[in-house]
Amino acid sequence: MVHFTAEEKAAITGLWGKVNVEEAGGEALGRLLVVYPWTQRFFDSFGNLSSASAIMGNPKVKAHGKKVLTSFGEAIKNLDNLKGAFAKLSELHCDKLHVDPENFRLLGNVIVIILATHFSREFTPDVQAAWQKLVSGVATALAHKYH
Amino acid sequence: MVLAPADRAAVLALWRKLGTNVGIYTTEALERIFVAFPSSKTYFLHLNLSPGSAQVRAHGQKVAEALSLAVNHLDDLPHTLSALRELHTHKLRVDPVFFKLLCHCLLVTLARHYPGDFSPNMHASLVKFLNHVISALAPSSGQIGRVVAEGSCV
Repeated sequence: MVHFTAEEKAAITGLWGKVNVEEAGGEALGRLLVVYPWTQRFFDSFGNLSSASAIMGNPKVKAHGKKVLTSFGEAIKNLDNLKGAFAKLSELHCDKLHVDPENFRLLGNVIVIILATHFSREFTPDVQAAWQKLVSGVATALAHKYH
Repeated sequence: MVLAPADRAAVLALWRKLGTNVGIYTTEALERIFVAFPSSKTYFLHLNLSPGSAQVRAHGQKVAEALSLAVNHLDDLPHTLSALRELHTHKLRVDPVFFKLLCHCLLVTLARHYPGDFSPNMHASLVKFLNHVISALAPSSGQIGRVVAEGSCV
């Protein structure tokens, strides 16, 4: 079970308050599909994913990305119980979609990179460390149903 | 050919832009890995790892030189990096996961400093380039981005 110190929680919530969830979500999912192309397999019904610009501009990618990052926001409200917060999504991703848990970690790291591009001054090593702990905790919680 | 022409051109262009500052960014990547993934410090117990350490800066410069060498020898990475491969695998016995973690921290660093250049395509090109470097340095490892969680109790 992941435990966050008060400083780590502050680092996470402080930055989260500044994030444009709709934009960042679309960007995160888009980058995942561009940088790790096998992940496109889970989004066959999304239409044109034939190039980076097609992916980044795809309205379904943007909408789904917003959904994904919104659920991250819910996690941030439940830092002391990530497993509980992601129980249903874990069932969906593991039992129904059969997503390899490695991909949760990939997306987590893409989110960290996006935060670095948007908040370069605030994204100190300590802030990055708190966020790495979060994305790792979320990935573990999402993979819970495999265990 | 190790990297497709478009990826090669993107990485070379970025490296030209970084110029003589590569060492600054590799040093920052080291500082980040020590904070975000503390088990990485195990390989540097002989160094002063406090923020601003000259020893970390010196090691960052070594990493920068190796990466710049790699950028200029994309068609011959295994041979170019063979001495470093020997050193890291047989002498230092570095767990290959740490190369992936350091590369992730380098991506975070570059994304911070060059957000305008860090498009999805550039991101993808850098990941491919760094994956090739990691393969040449640690042949038994997988892809970067596949980060193992610190303290994960899976």
